[in-house]
Amino acid sequence: MNDLFNDQISGRVWVVGDDINTDLILPIQAYYLPVEQQPAWVFSANRPGWSGDVGQGDILVAGRNFGVGSSRPAARSLKNLGLACLLADSINGLFYRNAINFAFPALEAPGVTALFKEGDRAEISFEAARIANPASGKTLDGVPMPAQLLAILQAGGIYSLLQSENLIR
Amino acid sequence: MGMTAIEKILARNSGLARVRPGDIVTTKVETAILFDNNFMETSWREILHVYDPAKIVVVFDHRAPASHVLSAKAHQTGRAFVKQFGIERFHDIGFHQGISHALVADHGYGLPGTVLLCSDSHTCSAGVFNLAARGVGAPDMTYAVAKGETWFRVGETIRYDLCGALRPGVSAKDVFLHLANTHGDHATMNVEYGGPALAGLSMNARRTISTMSAELSVEFATFEPDQIMIDHVQARTDAPFEPVWPDTNADYADKRVIDLNLIEPLVALPDAVLNNARAVGDVAGTDIDQAFIGSCANGTLDDLAVAARVLAGRRVADGTRLVVTPATQSIYRAAMAEGYIQTIVEAGGVVTNATCGACGGGSMGLLGPGEICITASTRNFKGRMGDAAARIYMASPATVAASAIAGVIASPMDYFT
Ligand code: SF4
Repeated sequence: MNDLFNDQISGRVWVVGDDINTDLILPIQAYYLPVEQQPAWVFSANRPGWSGDVGQGDILVAGRNFGVGSSRPAARSLKNLGLACLLADSINGLFYRNAINFAFPALEAPGVTALFKEGDRAEISFEAARIANPASGKTLDGVPMPAQLLAILQAGGIYSLLQSENLIR
Repeated sequence: MGMTAIEKILARNSGLARVRPGDIVTTKVETAILFDNNFMETSWREILHVYDPAKIVVVFDHRAPASHVLSAKAHQTGRAFVKQFGIERFHDIGFHQGISHALVADHGYGLPGTVLLCSDSHTCSAGVFNLAARGVGAPDMTYAVAKGETWFRVGETIRYDLCGALRPGVSAKDVFLHLANTHGDHATMNVEYGGPALAGLSMNARRTISTMSAELSVEFATFEPDQIMIDHVQARTDAPFEPVWPDTNADYADKRVIDLNLIEPLVALPDAVLNNARAVGDVAGTDIDQAFIGSCANGTLDDLAVAARVLAGRRVADGTRLVVTPATQSIYRAAMAEGYIQTIVEAGGVVTNATCGACGGGSMGLLGPGEICITASTRNFKGRMGDAAARIYMASPATVAASAIAGVIASPMDYFT
């Protein structure tokens, strides 16, 4: 197992709404910048300054249809911003694939936005998709990531796999 | 219970007798399309082995011709890749230039019943040809190009039966906006389109709907095959293919009917596509700075014909910019032969080369702070077409052309009586 992946995740929660799209996560201006500069632009249009407030290991809780939009590597920016996990009522399929491939833990958990308010702590057993809010005592079972996909995440993403097979540089 | 069209396509291409929602399947990839963004130095990982050069297509579309040095370098990397692996289906700047999804339609790259992957989110466009076609990110694309396979999570399918016929002035874009407004997102699910109205919809009109389905967050958007579609593909390729019809007892999550007679021109308000449209009359009179007709969804010859019809003998309003971008150079040439380009230019429209252009805010036709645009492209997200403080309305090419003449958002219906 890759040391990037931690099955037990806990952290401070940030909450965003429905239909958060990839133009908001990785604006086109940022797409041209070096990878390490891209995370500072996350949500700059809808939540200016937010990226500076995010701490290492924080958790993003989102509503329905998170990540709708383009194929750009928006999940990589969320990971590089320091976020430990995404929990969403539902996730766009393309974003979900990118999250797995960039080794950014993401869980679908219908109803998760009702479980948290901003600033709460979330505790997550990722493999079991078990989510808890210790302050309220409430828990929720999300949709576990299928084993084949979890394996890609645990391996550190798909590029690590391809590199280990000498298929990419 | 039987299978839906997409379930049957996924089963066939993964060597399974049947698949069900919730399954994870590994399928072979018949067609893998890379485009210029894949070769940008912030995304590109050098691929050392490709599974089959004949299955790969390379397209420069998002920033073509190069919009800055970064994209010029991406094009260089792409050309070197094409050369190294002997890829023949290469669409560089020039005669065969165009947006990937439109090129798939032009060249018959999407073979019914197969799997097609491209690293652009509107790849569901090719679902109009009865494929499992989906957009993936650069990492999945790299994997598919190297290994010739990919995985899919099988979702439930919603069936849409289209019936009736569109009134003049109402278009496939309005059908999509109606669907997005009525049913919202379809995250983790597939949509399947069929019904008696298909016979009256051109392949271009159908492709507007399949392409825009990306905005519903579908996994796949697949059309039921018919002879019009089969003829379209056979006219463009000698490759054999086998279309897939859904089982008559297919297990759908829901079945919905859309009556095209009831659709009216709609406009999506800025910042979101879903559940965000109004009748054009509700926003008529809104000032605009720019009007854009183009993109993989609405840069077809039909769309240019509609624009020319509305603009013929008229002028774009002072203080308003109309930018028109054919989706491929072959569409551009056909539109020239038909006189559409001349009509649009004489009306004061600016016709650009085939590219994504203003749609993605990446190369030209960008918006400044506070500017208002009405676009016939695919997305009206905040910041999508330039500054985050610009406002983007989205509508059909007819509505956009009518608005360009009026200088404010305007109904197209008067031009089609
Ligand atoms: S035209 Fe727009 S939506 Fe279509 S591929 Fe290009 S950038 Fe994407």
